[in-house]
Amino acid sequence: MAAVSPLSAEMSGAEAKGTQPRGLRAGQRRRLNVFRYLVFTIFGLFFLLPLLAMVRFSLQGKKLGTWSLAAWKQIASYKGPPPLLPAIEITLELAVITSVVMLVLVLPTMIWVRLRVRWFSRVLEFICLLPLTIPAIVLVVGLAPIYNKIERYNVSALMLFWAYVILALPYAYRALAAGLNSLDAITLSEAARSLGARWFTVMFRIIAPNMWQAILNALLLTVALVLGEFTVAYLLTYVNLQVELFSISRNTTNAGVLFSASAATLLFGFALLLILSYAGRRLRRGRP
Amino acid sequence: MQGLSRHYGPVVALDSLDLTVRPGELIALLGPSGCGKTTTLRLLAGLEDADAGQITVGGKDITRLPASKRDMGMVFQAYSLFPHMTVRQNVAFGLRLRRVGAAERDRRALEMLELVGLSTQADRYPHQISGGQQQRVALARALAIEPQVLLLDEPLSALDAKVRAQLRDQIRRIQLEVGITTLFVTHDQEEALAIADRVGVMRDGRLEQLAPPTDVYSRPATPFVAEFVGLTNRLAGTVSGGTVAVRGRDLPLVDLSTPAGPVTALVRPEAVTLASDSSGESGPLVGTVIATTFLGATSRVTVDLGDTTILAQLSTSDATALPAGSRVALTIRPDPVLVSADAPIADEG
Repeated sequence: MAAVSPLSAEMSGAEAKGTQPRGLRAGQRRRLNVFRYLVFTIFGLFFLLPLLAMVRFSLQGKKLGTWSLAAWKQIASYKGPPPLLPAIEITLELAVITSVVMLVLVLPTMIWVRLRVRWFSRVLEFICLLPLTIPAIVLVVGLAPIYNKIERYNVSALMLFWAYVILALPYAYRALAAGLNSLDAITLSEAARSLGARWFTVMFRIIAPNMWQAILNALLLTVALVLGEFTVAYLLTYVNLQVELFSISRNTTNAGVLFSASAATLLFGFALLLILSYAGRRLRRGRP
Repeated sequence: MQGLSRHYGPVVALDSLDLTVRPGELIALLGPSGCGKTTTLRLLAGLEDADAGQITVGGKDITRLPASKRDMGMVFQAYSLFPHMTVRQNVAFGLRLRRVGAAERDRRALEMLELVGLSTQADRYPHQISGGQQQRVALARALAIEPQVLLLDEPLSALDAKVRAQLRDQIRRIQLEVGITTLFVTHDQEEALAIADRVGVMRDGRLEQLAPPTDVYSRPATPFVAEFVGLTNRLAGTVSGGTVAVRGRDLPLVDLSTPAGPVTALVRPEAVTLASDSSGESGPLVGTVIATTFLGATSRVTVDLGDTTILAQLSTSDATALPAGSRVALTIRPDPVLVSADAPIADEG
């Protein structure tokens, strides 16, 4: 027993010491949680209050303090010029085209560079991130002569997708790069090739399927960007949803339409992003 | 492989390597990092191109064939199962590329999983199984395509010691069962000696020795092989008349053509035996135990001889009788020893 006692004493001491830091950690955790909730609440209010105010304005009746759905009803009945529904349609089409073109262009390029020409990856990153450093107005100045020529052929606003692909490039690149970095793409490709896979199979049946989450993120960012884009379309004199909203605000006598249309756009954007996100989760179900 | 060379800029990874693997044989390529063993495997698999030389499999020149057409099964050091496929789909992937029918594909995949003892895990995803199991699935996947040559690139290095030993034995059992020609790359000498029909020891892109494990260990072709494979005492000696005199003992030479003169003799720790010495006399083979390392059934004893230290490998029961501080008399078994032409050194290595 004599040999056991000091050990027990030491252990008790250690346990006592052990509980003290745990107690401290619990206190720190509580303070951290309070801080988190505080920050979350402040930033939540910062984002939510203007949105709530917008919805409230969109439901403003003729007299101050009254409620009405008139502004929401006018979205559908607004005849323009320019008309609203075609603007929504064109924006959605632009979102789809931009997403597809961006994916077709960037995804295989990134995988190919990662697998075959790694020395080029820094250059590719620089090129893809470059649009972040170029203000939209500068981009428009550069694109204007090209679009002036395109307009001669009386093509639709869908031609904006070229500019939108450039604008979406940095966000899509970052999302896809994160996905690619999370994979051991080299080993996977070598394993596939040793089993008889050609490069096309390696890229589209081995690497890309393991990047679903990254692809989805890139799509979400691209769609969000296209839904909210105003500057390029407006300055190049095309009409998309944001230009239309601006036009409504200037032309309608009911200012509430501007707010209802903006709120509708936001809700529409949220719904679309939620659907994409849900689809991504369904695809990933049962997978790592 | 004939005259196979590969350079990375100024670095010579492989320097005119000649290696012939017999059908059904397992050759382990052993060597330190950067010696060219993995490069050899990658050139054979077609994952890299050789600067010079020729690779022939079954009489067919495959030097310029792409990896996808080489018919080699490969298991990698890193986990390489396709994360989005189940274990069964992974194993069947190569067969699918070869357009084998779905039913046959499934049958073959299950057969291979049976072989590696993982048929019950067929519908799991790679992240749902352990590292050892992943490597076994990778082995099944490589074997499923019935390759001409199986290439194993340090497949056990990411595993813990126990799983590693189990899987090593399993690989050997399967290799013998299937009778597949295999090239196994490792930097672990124990692994190489345990598993291979022949061991190739590589250094600076060259093959220093290719021989059965017992020969590599007991009759190393070069000082590098002697020192890389197993522990070696480096003791100053003098060659004359076909023997080398080491601390007053004449030991036979592996290479009888060694020129006379001072050398460093490479003596295995297991060739050194110790006995308790109570005479109090001093001599070239009398010293003091300074440390004992317990290794399980055997122990490694370090003895201070005054001007140098020497390692002896004894049974643990013998080593226990010689605690640190004991005076001991050494005997060096007269096994043939290799000598190094390096300047003789006082310290053992």
